[in-house]
Amino acid sequence: MKKYMHFRLNTPPLSFLVDRKALVLSIVLVVLVLATVILSTGLGAMYIAPLDVVKALFGVGDPGAQLVVLNLRLPRILVALLVGIALGVAGAIMQSLIRNPLASPDIVGITGGASVAAVAFITLFEGVSVHFIPFAAFVGAALVTLLIYVLAWKNGVTPLRLVLVGVGIGSAMTALTTLLIVAAPIQLTSKAMIWLAGTVYGSSWQNVLTILPWVLVFVPLAIVFARSINVQQLGDEVATGVGNPVHKHRFLLLMFTVALAGSAVAVGGAIGFVGLLAPHIARKLVGSALGALIPTAGLFGGLIVLLADLIGRLAFEPLDVPVGIFTAAIGAPFFIFLLYKHRNQ
Amino acid sequence: MFVLLPKPLGKVAGLIGLIALIICLMFISIVFGVMDTSWQTAVDAYTNFSGTNEQIVIKEVRVPRALIAVAVGASLGMVGVLMQTLTRNPLADPGIFGINAGASFFIVLAITFFSVNSLSQFAWIAFLGAAVSGIVVYVLGALGRDGLTPLKLTLAGAAMTALFSSMMHGMLVVNERALEEVLFWLAGSVAGRKLEFLTSVLPYLGVGWIGTLLISGQLNTLMMGDDVAKGLGQRTALLKGVTGLLIILLAGASVAVAGPIGFVGLVIPHIARFMVGIDLRWALVYSAALGAVLVLAADVAARWIVMPDELPLGVMTALIGVPFFVYVARKGLTRK
Repeated sequence: MKKYMHFRLNTPPLSFLVDRKALVLSIVLVVLVLATVILSTGLGAMYIAPLDVVKALFGVGDPGAQLVVLNLRLPRILVALLVGIALGVAGAIMQSLIRNPLASPDIVGITGGASVAAVAFITLFEGVSVHFIPFAAFVGAALVTLLIYVLAWKNGVTPLRLVLVGVGIGSAMTALTTLLIVAAPIQLTSKAMIWLAGTVYGSSWQNVLTILPWVLVFVPLAIVFARSINVQQLGDEVATGVGNPVHKHRFLLLMFTVALAGSAVAVGGAIGFVGLLAPHIARKLVGSALGALIPTAGLFGGLIVLLADLIGRLAFEPLDVPVGIFTAAIGAPFFIFLLYKHRNQ
Repeated sequence: MFVLLPKPLGKVAGLIGLIALIICLMFISIVFGVMDTSWQTAVDAYTNFSGTNEQIVIKEVRVPRALIAVAVGASLGMVGVLMQTLTRNPLADPGIFGINAGASFFIVLAITFFSVNSLSQFAWIAFLGAAVSGIVVYVLGALGRDGLTPLKLTLAGAAMTALFSSMMHGMLVVNERALEEVLFWLAGSVAGRKLEFLTSVLPYLGVGWIGTLLISGQLNTLMMGDDVAKGLGQRTALLKGVTGLLIILLAGASVAVAGPIGFVGLVIPHIARFMVGIDLRWALVYSAALGAVLVLAADVAARWIVMPDELPLGVMTALIGVPFFVYVARKGLTRK
């Protein structure tokens, strides 16, 4: 069996390769994700059997179950899924862009920028609708990334400078976040702390609709630009040589990362390490060609956040432990393992 | 490389100037603030104590604060030189390396789960946290063929910081009682610290300062490279171990007293090298003095910027340090 199937159309002029293995894996993952969504929707203080969950989803069956499923649990679970997808894809792009397997939006300061803006919003604009927090976080992420990009610019942006400047700016953002938290009254402080820990608790359909467009627009766009990232991984010289507008596309792709990571952080808070973890698992299974990597990384990201939220919801009942704590607890040791594994590169 | 003070005489004069500057800043720190007092009141507070508010403020708040700022600043300046020498990395600093995060995490853990409140215990806990985080980052950064590259160290530090801070946030979300106590540490400040804070860690700091100055000559040799140092009969592994221990002692004690204060250790050694060159014996003494100047000045400025409130000191040093970090990152990488 050949590794790729190819598709060619004359009108519109379009051709692409489909990695068979990635296709099979993606289908398996989609099934797995769906199963987790249904299972997770059923579990909780009130148990609903998977079949009844499906019935409720289609608007038939027990009205009580419908209420719990459609109004309470499903929005939260969908937000977890979408946040995970966005973070996974953002991480996949960023790692390839920076050509370093240890990069991810939370390490190079993008999440830090979102944190400052969100915490500033929570602590300084008390009383303004919480629906604006995602917007603030998103703008924060975008502005800080722009700042990092500008500061790392010196006849173009090299991946190495991007990481180092990102880490530096990231610590400045941490300092500002701390400042805001310390200066705020205590009841707002704990609210900000919960946001910083990363949680999908209390998500509504409004939140689902906040993040959905970003995922729907930017994940396909990322897949379209996958070729460009693939070429860039060969190095700036090679990419320029084969006619890739390296700096233009690098900037564009960085903006995709911001759009995805920013919207994810906006609704889910500072959930860490998913952007790092998901692409790695995906790369192990489908290799590092971006066309295959992006969808699988997204699906793994979704699965990770779904599971982390499920554990956080059930393991310490009645306490609802924020997702971010579980992703960090798994992600940080994994990061250390990666650093160890890639020690020769 | 341009050196501001190439001659020994100039170096001595510069040091005297710095010490004068420290005394001058201490004077400002003690006398001015939300409540302005006079030098006379400050002297009276110790010689002719009458129990007025001003005298109490000076004795209980201002003098401890100034002394802690000097001690912490000097220690962080020295730690920066030690770390940058040991890792041969111009970006090394306790904040970037996750040492601050490790120490703060352990302190938060102790407050939350073991109800530890005694100052002398804080120091030991901070040492433990600093050691765990520092060693992990160092080992991770040093693995592999090219050794301690700035990129690997920075990433390892960022990862440890991310790990510790998310676990810290987790604990604080679950346990709100600890929140208020702990926020005090997280910001990094010398305000409101009692003199006992300083005296309880002073022995460790003293050992750290003297030890650092004692090994400065050997460190000069180590800077020429492991092979050269070994060739000259130096026991490099032992020296590196001792250096690591001194870093943990100084950085851990500083966090225990003042919370995580970043970027002092990054900025100061660069300025010190600019002033006196690469001889570590001078660079260390100058870093200690310059660190004290920076922390004192930042602390005074932190009081004045948002009067009558105060900016946390850790925020001030970050605001000064980050542009510097970016500058070093850009410069250091194009030279390659």
